[in-house]
Amino acid sequence: MTLTNINIPRLQLEGMTKIYPAVIANESIDMTIAPGEIHAVLGENGAGKSTLMKMIYGVIKPDRGRILWNGEPVDITNPAHARKLGIGMVFQHFSLFETLSVAENISLAMEDYGSLDDLSRRISEVSEEYGLPLDPGRMVHSLSVGIRQRVEILRCLLQQPKLLIMDEPTSVLTPQAVRKMFATLRRLAAEGCSILYISHKLDEIMELCHSATIIRGGKVTGYAVCAEESAASLARMMIGRELPTCSRKRPDVEGQECLRVNRLCKIAADQFGTSLERVSFSVYSGEIVGLAGISGNGQQELLYALSGERPVADRGAITIDGESVGHLNAAQRRELGLGFVPEERLGRGAVPGMSLSDNGILTAHRHGMVRKGLLDFGRAKRFAQKCVTDFTVKCGSVDDLITSLSGGNIQKFITGREILQQPKLLIVSQPTWGVDIGAANIIRQAMIDLRNNGSAVLVVSEELDELFEICDRLLVIARGRVSPSVKVEKTSKEEIGLWMSGMFPGGPVDTNKARELQSEGCCVD
Amino acid sequence: MRDAVLIKIEPRPEPSRVMRYCSPLLAALLMLISGLIIFTLLGKNPVEAFHAFFVEPINDFYGLGELCIKASPLMLIGTGLAVGFRASIWNIGAEGQLAIGALCGGAVAVYFNQSSSGFILPAMISAGAVGGMLWASIPALLRTKFNANEILVSLMLNYVAILLLAMLVHGPLRDPDGYGFPQSVLFGESATLPIMIEGTRLHVGVLLSLAGVVAGWVFLEKSFTGYQIRVAGGAGRAATYAGFEYNRLIWIGLLAGGLAAGVAGVMEIAGPIGQLLPSVSPGYGYAAIIVAFVGRLHPGGIFLASLLMALLYLGGESGQMNLDLPSAVTGIFQGLLLFYLLAADFLVNYRIRTKSSQQEGN
Repeated sequence: MTLTNINIPRLQLEGMTKIYPAVIANESIDMTIAPGEIHAVLGENGAGKSTLMKMIYGVIKPDRGRILWNGEPVDITNPAHARKLGIGMVFQHFSLFETLSVAENISLAMEDYGSLDDLSRRISEVSEEYGLPLDPGRMVHSLSVGIRQRVEILRCLLQQPKLLIMDEPTSVLTPQAVRKMFATLRRLAAEGCSILYISHKLDEIMELCHSATIIRGGKVTGYAVCAEESAASLARMMIGRELPTCSRKRPDVEGQECLRVNRLCKIAADQFGTSLERVSFSVYSGEIVGLAGISGNGQQELLYALSGERPVADRGAITIDGESVGHLNAAQRRELGLGFVPEERLGRGAVPGMSLSDNGILTAHRHGMVRKGLLDFGRAKRFAQKCVTDFTVKCGSVDDLITSLSGGNIQKFITGREILQQPKLLIVSQPTWGVDIGAANIIRQAMIDLRNNGSAVLVVSEELDELFEICDRLLVIARGRVSPSVKVEKTSKEEIGLWMSGMFPGGPVDTNKARELQSEGCCVD
Repeated sequence: MRDAVLIKIEPRPEPSRVMRYCSPLLAALLMLISGLIIFTLLGKNPVEAFHAFFVEPINDFYGLGELCIKASPLMLIGTGLAVGFRASIWNIGAEGQLAIGALCGGAVAVYFNQSSSGFILPAMISAGAVGGMLWASIPALLRTKFNANEILVSLMLNYVAILLLAMLVHGPLRDPDGYGFPQSVLFGESATLPIMIEGTRLHVGVLLSLAGVVAGWVFLEKSFTGYQIRVAGGAGRAATYAGFEYNRLIWIGLLAGGLAAGVAGVMEIAGPIGQLLPSVSPGYGYAAIIVAFVGRLHPGGIFLASLLMALLYLGGESGQMNLDLPSAVTGIFQGLLLFYLLAADFLVNYRIRTKSSQQEGN
């Protein structure tokens, strides 16, 4: 680490305060980042990290406080201004235009990029250099969440920033790619670029960051030098108490095959989607199977086929308890005991304009909430109330609009709604995405309990830590193909990481070629 | 993005729920003010005009009866349309469905003209209901089979229906003893809706409409299918996620509008008109669209909105008679009402901000 001008901090925040009508998002936050420093901002969901970052990036104006950039007070009026100063930001929620191509999107943030062709070439170069392969000509609407994040990262890197803000960047990368990105970040830091790294993954922060600012409830609760702390001590500062853990106790449950996917093929709906190629796997009652993979490798297509939102022609390609269900719609499959938590919460897993109680009816109506065609709203309310209590959903009442809740709380509610119905087969996509640590543990524990009670659970997640924590067996999806399954205790994150690049028996990347590449030190992705 | 833009429209983070329900009232008020300004510009005394337009038509029993019989088809059709609108199924074809309903019901009345059976009225209403639904099933079929836009199909079918009605009234349904006038025979007592209050034209069809509004309320607010309709209209992908069959909801949405419009058509010819004419509706099918939106797609609101809209019809007639106003005046008021409602709704959901040339532009 070479620190230039060590006496003048790259960025200094003094008393940053942002007050919203209902809540103080940030209260008198001070923070200092030196040139070349990798500084973590640690906090649970809703702690105020994003608000703080948006103030630095000029998206929102602070109510009070001062920003010093290289020692000079600045009033950052908008993101373009921030970029001009040399601040780049990779958002957690993406700020891309769906109807434009990757190159066009990036061009919007660039002052002077020559022609679009030049820019496309540069995008390809930089993306190769940093191991984030990307086709500049693709339309953003056709990209998966993971690839979109890649676009955001590249957009920043192209501007050679002096300060790079990264908001939860690793959730969509393989362990190998994470390591590669860490190397990239370290290199950037060595070149003098400061990095603000927002995350809730403690081990990543321990590995990458030099120092950390911990925020809870909009206030700074501590500063830490990472080398002097442990993950547990950081967690304590972050959530204010000991880190809750899942019960690891998991008896072997004898189970029959519950979900069977048999040579499922599905041509992608659009040219940029991923076609599923002869996907076969099973999930037994009493086990949790994890499906790992970088997003955009066919997870969405597979989940649409499994949930019944897009039935398949071959009815025998999917069976639940031996019954062919490929042609059935979502409601018919739910009658057979399916529960499903989709990746998108609002607009798919929940209806934005409705209350919590009404959103409970969406899938739980078949549990005695409909009598003679009429809804029993009392019962629906009690169900929603139970969901709120059991899964610690923070809300005023079950009559509140679901949109008044934070993303994590919506996720808790939807997951709770599905789990409380005691499904025989539960399929969950990204169960704890954006959920704080305490709540994530509640959700994981609930899935484990469901398994122990004899349900089959399939978890699709990009977070390997999570999969290794809760699953019995793992599968990997890459380019529309699903790997053979492997027991969690017989594999490692490294192996799963390789499989995520397509290098598994029968996978899309030829194993011999893969070995060659590996020996050359390349990462196939 | 950052230089010339001085006016910016942005969604409000949390649209006020109260304002959502106030916007119809605000729209009505603004309509009134604009109307009075127009009267003044036309050289009328605004107070007099207001009186002639909004008070005179309903200052006696007869007038109130007229208000109810005008509001009756509007509330019935508005409720039927709301079923579809809530699912984002835009049935613009109520005017045509009304005409076909009147045609079918009228055909029954003409065919059984000599009969005095008590079954004739129910048969007429059933025929009208079926006719309206059949007409609405054309856009439903085309939408569900070929994904044809139901707005265009239902709208264009209006012209077909109205011309079909005119053709048949000029032809087979014409009164043979009517000196060649394009109208059917006058319906007998058994084919006419009984009058409820002596001295008015208030017929029992109004009760039927009220019953329709109540049934619509139960269906939309309390039934599981009504819930599915709300989900489909609010978030189509959530409906797929839950496994609600969207095609079924499209059918229900369009048929409900057709049913209501068809019955309303029969009640027009069996009520105030008393025979089949080439034209049986002063645009109720279109006005009901406004009624449905002013009433917030809620049957209670639709009931109130239908009274307001009926008053505009009566006021327009009274204005023509007493103030020498042109017949377009009713349409002007309807248009103003819808315009202000849309504007108010827009401002409830969005805000306009004028800002200096450099500010956020992410």
